[in-house]
This record gives sequence, structure tokens and C-alpha cells, in this order.
Amino acid sequence: MHNKTIAEISRELAAGEYSSVEITQDLLGRIKDKDGNYNSFITVTEEQALTQAKAADERRAAGNAEAWTGVPMAHKDIFCTEGVLTTCASKMLSNFEAPYDSTVADNFNKAGAVCLGKTNMDEFAMGSSNESSYYGAVKNPWDTDRVPGGSSGGSAAAVAARLVPGATATDTGGSIRQPAALCGITGLKPTYGRVSRYGMIAFASSLDQAGTMTRTAEDSAMMMNVMASYDNKDSTCVDHEIPDYTATLNNSLEGMTVGLPTEYFRDDLSPEMQQQVMNAIKEYENQGVKVKEISLPNTHLAVPAYYIVAPAECSANLSRMDGVRFGYRCEDPKDINDLYVRSRGEGFGDEVKRRIMVGTYALSAGFYDAYYKKAQQVRRLIKNDFVEAFKDVDMIMSPVTPTPAFKAGEKGDDPVAMYLEDIFTIALNLAGLPGMSIPCGQVGVEGGKDLPVGLQLIGNYFDEARLLNAGHKFQQATDWHLKTPAGI
Amino acid sequence: MALDQDQIRDIAALSRLQIDEAQISDYQKNLSNILDLVDQLAAVDTSDVEPMAHPLDAVQRLRADVVTETNEREHFQKVAPQVAEGHYIVPKVVE
Repeated sequence: MHNKTIAEISRELAAGEYSSVEITQDLLGRIKDKDGNYNSFITVTEEQALTQAKAADERRAAGNAEAWTGVPMAHKDIFCTEGVLTTCASKMLSNFEAPYDSTVADNFNKAGAVCLGKTNMDEFAMGSSNESSYYGAVKNPWDTDRVPGGSSGGSAAAVAARLVPGATATDTGGSIRQPAALCGITGLKPTYGRVSRYGMIAFASSLDQAGTMTRTAEDSAMMMNVMASYDNKDSTCVDHEIPDYTATLNNSLEGMTVGLPTEYFRDDLSPEMQQQVMNAIKEYENQGVKVKEISLPNTHLAVPAYYIVAPAECSANLSRMDGVRFGYRCEDPKDINDLYVRSRGEGFGDEVKRRIMVGTYALSAGFYDAYYKKAQQVRRLIKNDFVEAFKDVDMIMSPVTPTPAFKAGEKGDDPVAMYLEDIFTIALNLAGLPGMSIPCGQVGVEGGKDLPVGLQLIGNYFDEARLLNAGHKFQQATDWHLKTPAGI
Repeated sequence: MALDQDQIRDIAALSRLQIDEAQISDYQKNLSNILDLVDQLAAVDTSDVEPMAHPLDAVQRLRADVVTETNEREHFQKVAPQVAEGHYIVPKVVE
């Protein structure tokens, strides 16, 4: 039962082949048996899930079922879920039962979905390996000595290990696309402002966007039909027409023009990875897509600009974690400053503290123009590169990561080496563009294991439906998305 | 750009973060490396470039000035570390 996609479960529930309670129990049992190997969940909400599943079965019996009624899924532990522990994988929020639902959680509840629990992640979504979680590292189901990527590593690993057919995730610099690539699944980061950020614990507010982790593009389209909404509670949410993302999945790609940015196919990319990506592009050419080389000349500035903008915004957002109104408070504070510095010093992990400090420094008096303003200016240059490119092409394709999943601990001591892991994904967040990662091949590594490789599809603003269409057409013609880690 | 250890202590204090003295040199090394990475931006000519705050250059939306929220103080204070009579309790601030 665990190998089913969201689309299959939705159809089979409708056909009465099994009930929501049955598949929910099956997956809950599977999480209990297997997740010890991956550590992909922080909280499993067994009781609530079964209550939701029963309600879904009753709704179906009453003739009111919709596409998502009774379909199991999970939320990244960054989304507030009322009455359920919402930790952001931090000691700081290790006692925080959210007093309200995020809009994303609310949308899934209203659609009748069944939430199995909250997935592990890098602490406050800061990381590319899921090693910074207070709840322990997540393991990659393809090779448990390797990282699943981050920050949405728990969502990616849970889907790859077939513990859940789909999970929500967030992407600030690559946190959906990179773990999706490393775990061999499909991950979509929508346009900035497409999905409400209300109740999604903020890291860098001008970059954060919620999206999907699924096995197929079709399932991602089904999740987007629930997640995309205009929300007055998020002032950065954009009021833009929302299509039925499943309606255009099968459109022909004939005549579409795809750009390959020279800057994304350079030394950083291993030759084996490049070969897999080029094979995938060949498949698109077989489907009538025209390919042309393009240039995004400011690409090399994306990582440096990001490491000003993201820490600066995180230092402001995380100032709310002060041990006063919610979350962790240190023992016996001797005065108010002691309460602040010890609650925060004890509650945050090292990477979070580093980023708060970088951001505080960049925003401090005398440095604002040299750092934050400069980074915001460079950000516009990066956006303008894409605006120019999209005058000539309909979509851009590139690798997602320079290498396949790396070994746990390999980049532990060097934050800058970890930051460069996101070299191909970060520019999209700065520009606010949508991007998707789909499995497009495998490369062999020492020990005889084959690891998945991702292809990144980059769309113009609000072009999610076209990305999903292109992803689906690729998956109709190839079987990389059906490959399963050994023993699963 | 290299930061010295006193600068690390100052930044930690500004950030309201207690840092173990034994970790200061690690923070010094890592923060200096991060600043070296971002210092590449200094070489870019941005004299005519408008800073970009929102990818779609959206502006702050306004809404009608009417009450939309109800007071749920007790509900929200359930997750607070320490409250009394509807107030959040912290160590004495004014002597």
C-alpha cells in the first residue's frame, strides 16, 4: 500500500478499494517500523490522523468527498499546527504547541487531508544537510551514511522512504529542490508570494516560500491545488489567478524553448552529473523542445548576496524568540538581559547563532549600506538577468546540485563549504522565481551505490503550471521517478 | 574580512546571545570566512541600481481600519513560560 502516489490514493479511495482509516493505519505502522532508520519525523500525530481519517471516511459516505478527502500527507515542522508540537527542529521551540494553524495547514484540513505528523528539518530551516536539527540528523534512504539534503530533509526522506506520499516543505535558498534532488523525488518551490507564509515560522521573509515534496509532478500539482491561495494574513502574498494545476499536465511541449545557462554548467559540476543532466535535456529535445545556450552573468554573486540578505532577515525574525512569550526559557534568570542571552544562547544551535550574528553585524550602524543595501542592489542585478533570459526562452534548465548526496559530517566544520552546496538554487529565491527538481538520472559512488541526480526546471513568474506540465511529460517518458531506494 | 575576538563578543552581545568563551575562536574563524565570502559584493558597481526588497516590487497593502481580531489572551498565554493575572512575568526590570 505504501508505494502509492497521491493521485493513486485519491482514485482508489474514490473507488472504495480501501478506506482512509485503512491506508492511514498502514502508513502509521510503516512509520513506526521504519523511521528509526531515517529520523524523518519529529512528531507523529497518530491520534489526530485517525480522527481525521474517520471524518474523511464519513464525508465520503455522505457523498461530499473531494480529491484530497482522506489522503495522507505530512507537514514540515515549520508550519504551525494548532495544538500540535511545532518545533522548527530547535530546542528553542521544543515545548511550543502552536496556538493556531498556518494557512497551509488550514488549507489541507479544509480539503480533508489526513496529516500523519511533522517532519524533521534543519534548525529554523538553516542548513543544506539536515544535520543541524535539535532532534538529530535525518538519513538519506538511498544511503543512510549520507545526508538527505536540507533544510526540508525530513519531508524529502519521508517521501523517498515511502512513509508518506507527499509532504509540505519550504525553500529559502534551495531547501526544497536540493533535498528533493538528493533523495530522488520531485520538489516544487513556487513563485514568491504564491503560497501564504502565514503561520510558517519565518527565516528570511523576502525569500521564504512554501512548496511540495512528492514522488511525481502530478502529485505536486495536486498539492499545489490546495496550497496556492491568496491570503490577507500574509501581506507579501500575491493576488494572482490560481489555475487548476492538474489541468495542463499533459499539454504537448512541442515548440517550447529552453535555455541552458552557461554559468550553471561549469567546473563546480562533476562530469558524471553533467552527463545525466544532458541526457535529460536530450529527452526534452525528443519531445520537440528547442534548446539554446543563455547567459546569467551575475550568477556568481548569488551566494554572497544571499548570505547577507538571509542572515539579516533571520536576525530580525528570530529576535521574537526571547524566552518571554513562548518557547524555551533558561533556568533562574538573574535579570532581564540574562533571561534573553541565556534563553537564546541555550535555545539556539551553532548555525542559527552564526547567522543571527552575521545578520546583526550586517545591519549594525555604519555597515547597512555596505552590506544589506549592496546585497539588495545585487539582488536586482540577478533578477534582471532572469528577466532578460525569459525574453528569449520559456523555461530554463540546469543541475540542482554540483554533486550527489554527500556523506554525513563531510561539511560539518566549514559553513562556507555547506553554503556552496546551494550554488545552483539560491539565485531563484533572490529573484523570486519558481523552480522544480525532478529525478533525471543516477550516478555511482564508492561502495557500489547509485545515487539520484536532479534536474532543475526554472520558470517565469507564476509559471508553476508549465513547470508541472514539463515535469509530468518527462515522467511519462522516463522512469527515474519510479526508482526506489534498496530495501524499501 | 577578519574579525577579532572582541568584535565577536560585541556582536554576540548585540544579538543577545550567550556564547561560551571556549567557542569564541570558532565563531571568529567561521564569521570571518562568511564575511570573506560576502565581501565579493564590494567589487560590483551598483551605483545606479535600485535596491530590491520584494521580487515583484509589491508595495505594502492597506486594509480598512476595522477590528478584525478578537482578544484571545488566555489562549495565547497558555504557551508562555510564566504568566500571572494576564501578564507575562520576567525578572524585575525597574528597581
